[in-house]
Amino acid sequence: MDKWREWPKIRYESELDPDFADQIASIPGGEKLFTCIQCGTCSGMCPLSPDMDYTPRQIIAMIRAGFRQEVLSSHTTWLCASCYACTVECPKEIKITEIMYAAKRLAIREKVHPKRFPPSVLARAFFSSVEKNGRSTESRVLIDLFLKTNPLGMIRQAGLGMKLWLKGRLGPGKESIKRTDELHRMLAVLEKEHMIKPKVKTAQHGEAK
Amino acid sequence: MAYLYYPGCSLKSTGRAYEESMRAVFAKVGIPLEELEDWNCCGATSYMSISELKAFALSARNFALAEKQGGRDKTTDLIVPCAACYLGLSKAHKYLDEFPDIRSKVDEALAAAGLKYSNNLKIRHPLDVLVNDVKKDRLAGLVTQPLKGLKVACYYGCQIVRPYAEFDNQDSPQSMEKIFRILGAETIDWPIKTRCCGGSLSGTVPEVGLRLSYLLLLEATRRGADCIATACPLCQFNLECYQPKMSSKYNEKIDIPVLYFTQLAGIAMGLGEKELGLQRLFVPMRYTPAPAASSGGQHVTK
Repeated sequence: MDKWREWPKIRYESELDPDFADQIASIPGGEKLFTCIQCGTCSGMCPLSPDMDYTPRQIIAMIRAGFRQEVLSSHTTWLCASCYACTVECPKEIKITEIMYAAKRLAIREKVHPKRFPPSVLARAFFSSVEKNGRSTESRVLIDLFLKTNPLGMIRQAGLGMKLWLKGRLGPGKESIKRTDELHRMLAVLEKEHMIKPKVKTAQHGEAK
Repeated sequence: MAYLYYPGCSLKSTGRAYEESMRAVFAKVGIPLEELEDWNCCGATSYMSISELKAFALSARNFALAEKQGGRDKTTDLIVPCAACYLGLSKAHKYLDEFPDIRSKVDEALAAAGLKYSNNLKIRHPLDVLVNDVKKDRLAGLVTQPLKGLKVACYYGCQIVRPYAEFDNQDSPQSMEKIFRILGAETIDWPIKTRCCGGSLSGTVPEVGLRLSYLLLLEATRRGADCIATACPLCQFNLECYQPKMSSKYNEKIDIPVLYFTQLAGIAMGLGEKELGLQRLFVPMRYTPAPAASSGGQHVTK
């Protein structure tokens, strides 16, 4: 479990990205990011904190300080189960869960996400299934996930899959909407649109992964 | 009042028993559910991690279809049983209302498909409908086999009550407790009932996800629950289907039925096993309502 743990690096100011916080804060209602008092309520509420490389409170501080590379390549955002415990308790009403989502999307866009980490693989498999068919087919998304992350694990999970099949809870059939063309026309309009504003300056990272 | 029903992907697959039991119970209560025609994915969690705008567009297509099917002259109530769909659709509903930038882009996308959304829609969870739209007496009148002596742990999970739901308290929701008390059961005090079950992490990072589900089950068992009632297909899956894995991983036997709240309600209403999808459970529900032989019952309050 500790393999993705890494202590925050020490960085010189010149290595940080001064635009990073603005970029994340550009999500709807995101400006409250700058009111964080580092109280740690989010980390205390988060059921996943003990498993994260950086806790939610640290992530917020790192975003504000411009630790672009560390935040975007972290496992924290992908471990966020989106339960919103932090968001509803934050005394400053910071949309922490939405900030986690924003960081995930930015990481994907810039291709710096942890590529083999199963939650990020699942998100991409799920996304492409829905883009194509308008619905996700649970069995196919799961097979896709296992093939890309843990082919041996699939054999271990075969028993569970079989049991689900016998109970009529999982089938090989593909789920799809009827009017996929309608959906594809809609999504095509938004292909180039992003809610997070593009990066203004070039970050001066000392290293790249 | 007519209601439209949005199943979402899970209710057609791992969560089939939720769909079956909900339709059966709602029919019994007198609320026939009409399925939304050609509905698409809500754009929840995993999809939103890649593109939020497109996620809103996916939701908006469902809204536009629902308005069309429900009739443009009145507000349509869209019933959404899956917690992730409920959150995803509620979020889109709110954002399309509050952020004109998002709205105009999504409207543009809808127009490309010849669709239109005109804010005349409500997103409702079946719990909300059963508690707030159905009269207590009506529900009580349908009980043919009171769940006497049955101790239920009511599990809400995270995404139904947080952050957008307004029908119940975020810290200590009571909707399910209210329903089960009417149905004659006891409900246990179980403060972690809105704590996350681990969601998809149980499948993607099991050493992390399973621990969350395990803690919930352990605590419910220790507090004397006979079964757990859920209102989300992923919660039900995590809490039920991984029990053998948890038992071996944490060296503690975990063996407790985990049902949809609609299945349990259906049992009290005397509906059949097949109607409620009870045969799809991995951990069979052992309780047979037999008022005369039950040991409890004295704590039941209405």
